[in-house]
Amino acid sequence: MSLWTWFGLKEGSASTDWPLKGDEDGQQGVLGMPRYDPARCEAGCDACAHACVTHAIAFSASTGDAAKPEVDWGRCIVCQRCAEVCPTGAFTTSGDWALGVHERADLKWDAEMSERIVREVPERMRRPFGRSLHIRHVDAGSCNGCESDLQALNNPYYNLHRLGIFFTPSPRFADVLLVTGSVTKAMHGPLLETWEAMPVPRWVIATGTCAVSGGVTGGNYASGTGLDGVLPVDIYLPGCPPNPAALIHALLMIVGRSRQRMRGGQIER
Amino acid sequence: MKNCGYKKVDVADLKTCTERLLADGGRMQGVYAWYPAPSRAELRYVATLPGQARFVGWSVDVGDAAMPSLAGVCPLLGWHEREIMEMSGVAFSGHPEPERLVTAFLPPGDRGPLEPDGATRASVAAGLPAPSLPAVSGRHVQLLPFGPVRADVLESAQFIFLYLGEGILHYHPNLFLKHRGMEKQFEGMEPASGALIAERVVGIDTVAHSLAYAQAVEDAADCEVSDRAAWFRLVAAELERIYNHLHYLGHLCHTTTLKVGEAQGKLLEERAKQINARASGSRFLRSMVWPGGMRRELDVYAIAEGLSALRPQVEQYIALIERTTSHLDRLISTAPLSQKLAFDQGATGPIERASGIDRDLRRDHPYAAYRTLQPTVALAQEGDAFARMKVRISELRASVALVEKAIARGVPDGPLLVPCAPAAHTEGLGWVESSRGTVLYAVHLGDEARLARVKIKSPSFSNWRVFPSTVHDSNMMDYAINEASFGLTISGCAR
Repeated sequence: MSLWTWFGLKEGSASTDWPLKGDEDGQQGVLGMPRYDPARCEAGCDACAHACVTHAIAFSASTGDAAKPEVDWGRCIVCQRCAEVCPTGAFTTSGDWALGVHERADLKWDAEMSERIVREVPERMRRPFGRSLHIRHVDAGSCNGCESDLQALNNPYYNLHRLGIFFTPSPRFADVLLVTGSVTKAMHGPLLETWEAMPVPRWVIATGTCAVSGGVTGGNYASGTGLDGVLPVDIYLPGCPPNPAALIHALLMIVGRSRQRMRGGQIER
Repeated sequence: MKNCGYKKVDVADLKTCTERLLADGGRMQGVYAWYPAPSRAELRYVATLPGQARFVGWSVDVGDAAMPSLAGVCPLLGWHEREIMEMSGVAFSGHPEPERLVTAFLPPGDRGPLEPDGATRASVAAGLPAPSLPAVSGRHVQLLPFGPVRADVLESAQFIFLYLGEGILHYHPNLFLKHRGMEKQFEGMEPASGALIAERVVGIDTVAHSLAYAQAVEDAADCEVSDRAAWFRLVAAELERIYNHLHYLGHLCHTTTLKVGEAQGKLLEERAKQINARASGSRFLRSMVWPGGMRRELDVYAIAEGLSALRPQVEQYIALIERTTSHLDRLISTAPLSQKLAFDQGATGPIERASGIDRDLRRDHPYAAYRTLQPTVALAQEGDAFARMKVRISELRASVALVEKAIARGVPDGPLLVPCAPAAHTEGLGWVESSRGTVLYAVHLGDEARLARVKIKSPSFSNWRVFPSTVHDSNMMDYAINEASFGLTISGCAR
């Protein structure tokens, strides 16, 4: 239809330049993981752990009154309840979302781990992909929130193609397996078959808190507890759901075009 | 409990009661089972009557004998009854399809997942067979199992086609591979936090699910939210409809290969989601609704500013779609759903309204601020894919107008959140008209006022039940268009 051709030409490009140029990442106002400042914790207070339905915040059984909560962003569903119930401001809301990490341990709060140098992706691992990626997505039991923001990557605003990244129908052509959901019992088999059909080298991204740790249904009669123990995971990206910019950041980490920004549960700023 | 008046009904009178309900123009919404005690099960039938804002219901004690299946009188109950058999272990006699549904892909256990610990009743759950395909034979008949991993970024489901050339002889969707046990997940939780689980039943219907859940808890607690909270709830619910309807239109263009139309629809959806983020901190409007009101305010200025920019773009987009004959040609007369079939099988939301059933919970059973800010309800008669799109377009326009009207009236005064703590052994019912149709939550509280049973009836469960009847005897070329015209989710169906 000439109607649409004319419309398309007249509208011009709607794509953001981020992350190549500028900072228009489209996430204005989006609340990310809360920030944690253990120095502000009050002795004997466990309001945050009580409010946290996925036990991202927990007290280990052995410690006493002066114990500080243990925090695992890999279990966080970004519900902001801890920031709401915390009486001292130890948990505060933030816009932190660049959470993709190579190792699961980097999502757990640990002051010493936050100082270490993160393992970089070696050049010889990057080269086979020619700095371009093809993704096969598998929904292994999500709520459709992750899919909605994954679909958004192909809208004109994020326009994933401009970064050389494509979704592919066949696992045979895929470099990256991007998995959402807690891995339900019924999707366990199809997920493994998809992975086995992929050529090596291949990468796996656990996308969203469900795939990282099981999320709200993890470990019940129908759901698994995410990808650990199911597939070898190369990038863990928690979030409920991870926003499109976080997804782009994680995908670019694989080809060495973005850096891991979270270490020991703390994000560099 | 005010939202639903329950009447005790004897098993022997069930069929007569159902026939009377239907004769009175009533509508069965569904049935579920729960266990007031480990040894005692009860069925709850939930229905609506015309001209009555409250829901009506029957509670039926389950005895030792099998319950009579009502699927013959009211076909939409067929799936509900199957779910009760496999999940709660209650037997039904005379059921036309006594097979597993939700647990079709789970290893069978001795008892259903929703039977309580220490249940003493005999359970039918273990003995139910897996779903079967009809025997279809013929020289050129082909079998195509498609999925569960399909091209594009899609939810997992497997579609089985038995087809001859282009013609589809039989279609069977396997929709429950991603059953996550959501209803069970609520058990034992304190009622307020349950809102976080409800938000994650269907990510793109976050407000609808959390609101229906919150209303059910408020019903159990006899709690009245403030006008202020009710106003924010309406605005959040309508914002959710707007981005979902835009996604629907973009995706429908994808299936008719109208590429620029797809790109534009999804760009507008993105802009709507960015408005949500600026207004609420979440692209999906999460972390807002809570039993007793709202956790946070929406940024009204961000919404007003965003919508005033979005509105002309939406109008221009709709005008282009409505003038594109290549798109319309693929929709007109495609996959018609008759009014009778839509009603009998329980179609809901835009699907039933496109088939001439004039029903919308926001108007007929108002909640939140819908009593004072009434929505315009769109209706079409043809029941084809084109009618379904027309209804969505009208609803999109109506939602934008309704939010603007709400903002023009101003935010009422009042507290954002009031205390809402239901007592032990109470129950409540809540409902919401989502962009896809009726969302229904029933909650039962047990000891220590913790959740004992939460029933979720989502619109996709109802509409997936209807959908296959529009696929049989259609052709492969139309399938993707037909499916997109229904606007279904798998997560809502499988839960």
